[in-house]
Amino acid sequence: MNKVTQAKIVDNKSLTDDIFLISLEIPEPIEAKPGQFCILRMNERLDPLLGRPFSIFDYEGNIINFLYRVKGKGTEILSKMDKDQNVLLTGPLGRWYPYPEKDFVVIAGGIGLASVYYLIKKFKNRAYFFCGVRSEKEILFYNEIKTFAKEVYISTESGTTGYRGVVTDLFKEKGLMLNLPVYACGPMVMLKELKRIVQGSSIPCYVAVEERMACGIGACLGCAIETREGLKRVCTDGPIFELKELML
Amino acid sequence: MTHSLEVQISSLRLRNPVITASGTFGYGLEYSQFIDLNLAGAITVKGLSLNPKQGNPPPRIYETPCGMINSIGLQNIGIDAFVVEKLPFLKKFDTKIIVNFFGENLDEYVEMALKLDATDGIHALEMNVSCPNKSSEWRKMGLEAELLKKAVKEVRAVTFKPLIVKLSPQVTDITVMAKICEDEGADAVSLINTIPAMVIDIKSRKSIIGTTTGGLSGPAIRPVAVRMVFEVSRAVKIPVIGMGGIVTADDALQFLIAGARAIAIGTANFINPHATLKVVEGIKKFLFEERITDINDLIGSFRD
Repeated sequence: MNKVTQAKIVDNKSLTDDIFLISLEIPEPIEAKPGQFCILRMNERLDPLLGRPFSIFDYEGNIINFLYRVKGKGTEILSKMDKDQNVLLTGPLGRWYPYPEKDFVVIAGGIGLASVYYLIKKFKNRAYFFCGVRSEKEILFYNEIKTFAKEVYISTESGTTGYRGVVTDLFKEKGLMLNLPVYACGPMVMLKELKRIVQGSSIPCYVAVEERMACGIGACLGCAIETREGLKRVCTDGPIFELKELML
Repeated sequence: MTHSLEVQISSLRLRNPVITASGTFGYGLEYSQFIDLNLAGAITVKGLSLNPKQGNPPPRIYETPCGMINSIGLQNIGIDAFVVEKLPFLKKFDTKIIVNFFGENLDEYVEMALKLDATDGIHALEMNVSCPNKSSEWRKMGLEAELLKKAVKEVRAVTFKPLIVKLSPQVTDITVMAKICEDEGADAVSLINTIPAMVIDIKSRKSIIGTTTGGLSGPAIRPVAVRMVFEVSRAVKIPVIGMGGIVTADDALQFLIAGARAIAIGTANFINPHATLKVVEGIKKFLFEERITDINDLIGSFRD
């Protein structure tokens, strides 16, 4: 019964115009696995009312990190918080990525990196990492990932660095024939395209899904999504799903 | 000096007046990993029906200023699965279990009440006549006096367990509806359910909720709820269970002073799984500071 805890901000810095990395110190170690998430509640105020779910970006010792893009009221407030302030952390929550048995492919679109970085880091030298970003300046943690991953492939929309185009095209060209399990997180259009690409193959695809969430623990049924087996909860049945289960 | 928090709702004795509101606390076990359920006054589980319900299509929730809109549509596993899969776990706890229930028609309400009455480990029934997210001919049960009268009468006739009727705020005069419940033999009324509401995405010009409208809950509706609890408490003699946007003990105390015999924590459970127990602690502290030995001395103590 210790899943709700006060966490102290040790760092909260912007990496691009709208992407931030926040590092929180928690009083006791937790068992955080790649793909899981936490809910952060920024203060005691009632507007915004709910905490916000964030993928666990990295976790080591008593420091847990979250990579986030400022998108709305909640992340705006979070981005303005300073070192030594506290947030209320609930977690870790949800299902994690099934542990890969051997080498695997990782595909991240934009801020989707937030969900897969810890996976690449945990299973060192086993990931073929495909990273798609809008522009060069959004290529984050390149040096770190370079040391953890087996191979790194980059795509940018502008083509200034790496492959010019979308990451799913790059994967189709360089990753599909590896015939390895795929772990992916990114915008819905990326997941849709990925589903199309792997259709007919036997490649298992595990993807992280996002939905508006209230409780985060399976009680409110607010974060329901359509699957082949009917409605499922992103918070507790997910956020990791097999891609073929999803109705995209 | 001791400070008693015990309250009585008909034959139901609660160790404290803090209940979890239906639909916000799952089947109880979701929260048992966070809090000691033994410390709650009672637990109201998610609304149950005869058959499992898939609920409404997503998107189902949206945050609004100091509140949220939901349109879950009473998704539930059905009474039979609840009794087999969930109730044995809940029975292990030393707290009272209230089951919120509904039907597609009056016959189903009656059948549900019969089943719940016959099931050990269920201490009270909360009849949902007011869900804004369920369309059926009986949807208007909580909105129309004649339907409500008939429904409460028939359900009352088949159960000896305490019967609570959960009222909708969507009526001209909620005291009229409460009085009907009292006259037809309900043991208590609970209020308020969510308030029908909507939010429009101005770019797509569509609703942000899958079913167009949903129910507004959270602190945004609290002053409305306090007012209605106040009015109903003066209009009926049966106990009133107050709810609507309670987050803190101070919020809960307003309801108690307004006349609520017990209160329920709803949306606040989503903000912090510890909300219910924090309210219990806060009420204890208030009684101590105000030197009130029995919470019943505080209930309905509003000064005109």
